[in-house]
Amino acid sequence: MQKTDTGNPDYFHKVVDCQWACPAHTPVPEYIRLIAAGRYADAYMVNWESNVFPGILGRTCDRPCEPACRRGRVEEGGGAKPEPVAICRLKRVAADNKGDVRALMPKPAAKKNGKRIACVGAGPASLTVARDLAPLGYSVTVFDRDKRAGGMIWSQIPRFRLPLEVIDEEVGYILDLGVELKAGVEITSMKKLLAEGWDAIFVGSGAPRGRDLDIPGRKEAAAHIHIGIDWLSSVSFGHVSHIGKRVIVLGGGNTAMDCCRTSRRLGGEDVKVIVRSGFEEMKASPWEKEDAQHEGIPILNYLVPKAFTHENGRLTGVGFEKVKAVYDAKGRRSLVPTGEPEQHYECDDVLVAVGQENAFPWIERDCGIELDRHGLPVLDKATLRATLPNVFFGGDSAFGPKNIIWAVAHGHEAAVSIDKLLNGEDLRQRPAPQTSLVSQKMGIHEWSYHNEIALDRRFKVPWRDVNQTLKNIKVEVELGFDPATGFKEAERCLNCDVQTVFTGKLCIECDACADICPMDCISVTPNGEEAELRARLRAPANNKAQDLYVSEPLKTTRVLVKDEDVCLHCGLCAERCPTGAWDMQKFLLEMTHAGPGCRRPQKLAA
Amino acid sequence: MTYLAKPKLHHPTLPKNKLGYTRRDYEGKVSTLCAGCGHDSISAALIQAFWELDVEPHRVAKLSGIGCSSKTPDYFLGNSHGFNTVHGRMPSVLTGANLANRDLIYLGVSGDGDSASIGLGQFAHVMRRGVNMTYILENNGVYGLTKGQFSATADMGSKSKRGQVNTDSAVDTISLALIMGASFVARSFSGDKAQLVPLIKAAIAHQGAAFIDVISPCVAFNNHPGSTKSYDYIREHNEAVNRLDFWPSREAITIDYSEGGLIEVPQHDGSILKLRKLDADYDPRDRIVALEHVARAAEKGEVLTGLLYVHAEAQDLHAHLNTYAVPLNKLGEKELCPGAGVLEKINAALR
Repeated sequence: MQKTDTGNPDYFHKVVDCQWACPAHTPVPEYIRLIAAGRYADAYMVNWESNVFPGILGRTCDRPCEPACRRGRVEEGGGAKPEPVAICRLKRVAADNKGDVRALMPKPAAKKNGKRIACVGAGPASLTVARDLAPLGYSVTVFDRDKRAGGMIWSQIPRFRLPLEVIDEEVGYILDLGVELKAGVEITSMKKLLAEGWDAIFVGSGAPRGRDLDIPGRKEAAAHIHIGIDWLSSVSFGHVSHIGKRVIVLGGGNTAMDCCRTSRRLGGEDVKVIVRSGFEEMKASPWEKEDAQHEGIPILNYLVPKAFTHENGRLTGVGFEKVKAVYDAKGRRSLVPTGEPEQHYECDDVLVAVGQENAFPWIERDCGIELDRHGLPVLDKATLRATLPNVFFGGDSAFGPKNIIWAVAHGHEAAVSIDKLLNGEDLRQRPAPQTSLVSQKMGIHEWSYHNEIALDRRFKVPWRDVNQTLKNIKVEVELGFDPATGFKEAERCLNCDVQTVFTGKLCIECDACADICPMDCISVTPNGEEAELRARLRAPANNKAQDLYVSEPLKTTRVLVKDEDVCLHCGLCAERCPTGAWDMQKFLLEMTHAGPGCRRPQKLAA
Repeated sequence: MTYLAKPKLHHPTLPKNKLGYTRRDYEGKVSTLCAGCGHDSISAALIQAFWELDVEPHRVAKLSGIGCSSKTPDYFLGNSHGFNTVHGRMPSVLTGANLANRDLIYLGVSGDGDSASIGLGQFAHVMRRGVNMTYILENNGVYGLTKGQFSATADMGSKSKRGQVNTDSAVDTISLALIMGASFVARSFSGDKAQLVPLIKAAIAHQGAAFIDVISPCVAFNNHPGSTKSYDYIREHNEAVNRLDFWPSREAITIDYSEGGLIEVPQHDGSILKLRKLDADYDPRDRIVALEHVARAAEKGEVLTGLLYVHAEAQDLHAHLNTYAVPLNKLGEKELCPGAGVLEKINAALR
């Protein structure tokens, strides 16, 4: 194999699995260390820079970081399955304990640059664009048909998961930057908006249409069949405050989980979730399923709804066909009827949460913005630019329903595009992220990070008593970690951003690093082709998604190979190295956001 | 040296031996030796060897003298018996322990000062008595604990870290062991575990006095140009006479040895040593040839490594003395105090 090119910013970035997996590339270990140090405000600001909504995301994020977390690959089985660091809930610890951070926030621009930006929808994508651009002097106006900003964060996520104060606070930080919010103003015509002469338009209007279920009885029983996201939004706005005693929620995603739990709080006593697929394949996050079950809501699987039954125009229940999963040779799943008799479940109300779609009835088909056959805008993936040069899309409205953290990531990218566009630059010339790599050595055995590996298992976030939470829809269920538990959970982080950096010319091949490495990651061995080399290391490197770190040839012509997969970043290799060939160096990667950093370097006037 | 204990977590695929232990179960406390010390590599090789042999840790007794090397038994086999004895006196304590209980596996760990200076006499006698043991000499040619004076195994003409030239001739522990009657003699290098681990396994299986001289560079005081015990010097001058494959039994052999240049040595305990010849003239079953080869290599400045001599039919001290097979701690009062009648008989026999 060739010597590893650690100069490529992606190499060490990939080692920080959580940061690599995060759409916004939040420097996770960095803020977790700050939490462990009790520097909650600093931890909050590290988050805020990257993901804009730490308090909101600390309660609601889809957490792509956690399945990626190395901790989940290195903890011993011992019966229970290894678990990642509770990254998401640690973010909440920072948000809960940060105190007043207003002084740390950027100030509104002292001088406007005269450029006007319109954002359609006041959800996470638009708000991110506004946050990135307003401090640079852009005049950003955000339109939303609802009376308040937040978009789906506010309308679709129930209050018992996300209190209003948290939304108001974090949306407030953005509006305080001098962003103009036009709440209650629905944009009904793109042509009209284009005609208003905005320098750039960003569409972050989400995926507002809930998919319906067109089966017999739908029309007749319509009064008691509700579309999940619309119903949730009506609950948020206080238009709906009651539901029948027996409720069936159709669908297996996170919206279904929000629907069933909300129903339990609005009078639903016998609430069931009924899903086509098996339990494991459900789209809902495992923790959201757990939360629903904790509230006494059964989840029934492999049942396909066939008809709504009704009597005298009133819904009486839903009929289902029992299916089983059959996998073909390629591992593709199909749901095949088992032939058992149809099952019928009685109910008073049905909530349909079987998916969301984009809808752009307000974008005229002849306004220059092309939509594809799925009704999604035709976009340049890197720049998020539509077929009109000054129109950009982000969040769910760009590529279909995803989640908040993707919306934030899109918002950052769109802001870079807009900033470059309005500075007359090529949008496709996007600078790589800023990285730094700094030794953490403080003394012979001292490092500036805590390198002892905590053996604690993942701590559970405490819940408020279920009897209390089911009575009031506004009472938050999760209590969040207290600072002491937060500290302990933070100590489970392996500091994967503190990289093992190897300098081949210093190595005397004493084997000390290979001998001490608790995970058998390090081998000094003759070089070879990757596949063959992976098989004959000290421990087989079977996880091909993780790189091998290969040195230049050493004195004996052998190479040093480190399998990045299960490294604990404990630094023992560096402590044992007599020559300093190994060093522990902190890798910080900051995404390039809108501003001078994303533009071409300017020559200073003489 | 490290302050942190090695984390308990280990590689998810770490294999277990027949006893259900992983290699990590054979570790000891974290080493307090200097970073990069060859002795730590030897500890790692010992851990590997005992794990591969499926030895129950409580069946091992580790004995050592004084010095950096003699600290190392603390750093491997944490669940075995250990005795950190007096400087240079490990052989006599080991001999005594072995006489009292022959059921344990005896591992003597010593250094060049402990064995070739203060303990030279003890070293010679434990070899000539044929005590059933594995004697590991962690040989770095320097007194590390007292900051780098030449030890008795430092080669004449080699240089200290500060540039002094050694004017004394070296004690060659290999030749000494051969002359004194050790029945398994090998030399290896801490930086070559592929060679060292099979040698340790064969030595443990050997029923007699087994001696391995392991060159183990001292990174702090003897790893500089001019030293003849540095990583670089050993790598440049290492002349391996053979490569050993150790098989615990004939049934366990999984490789087809059809090619020539192979010596097979069955040992008492049923284990098989397969030696692939690297030097065509070398037969490790001939003690005189071994002595000659070692002497000639030393003259050329080569470091001869590999299994240099093995006498598979060797007998140990217990056989020489015709001792009782049961360990003393398992004998009851009846066996130990057989009564006046038996005393009478013995006395009568002596009249």
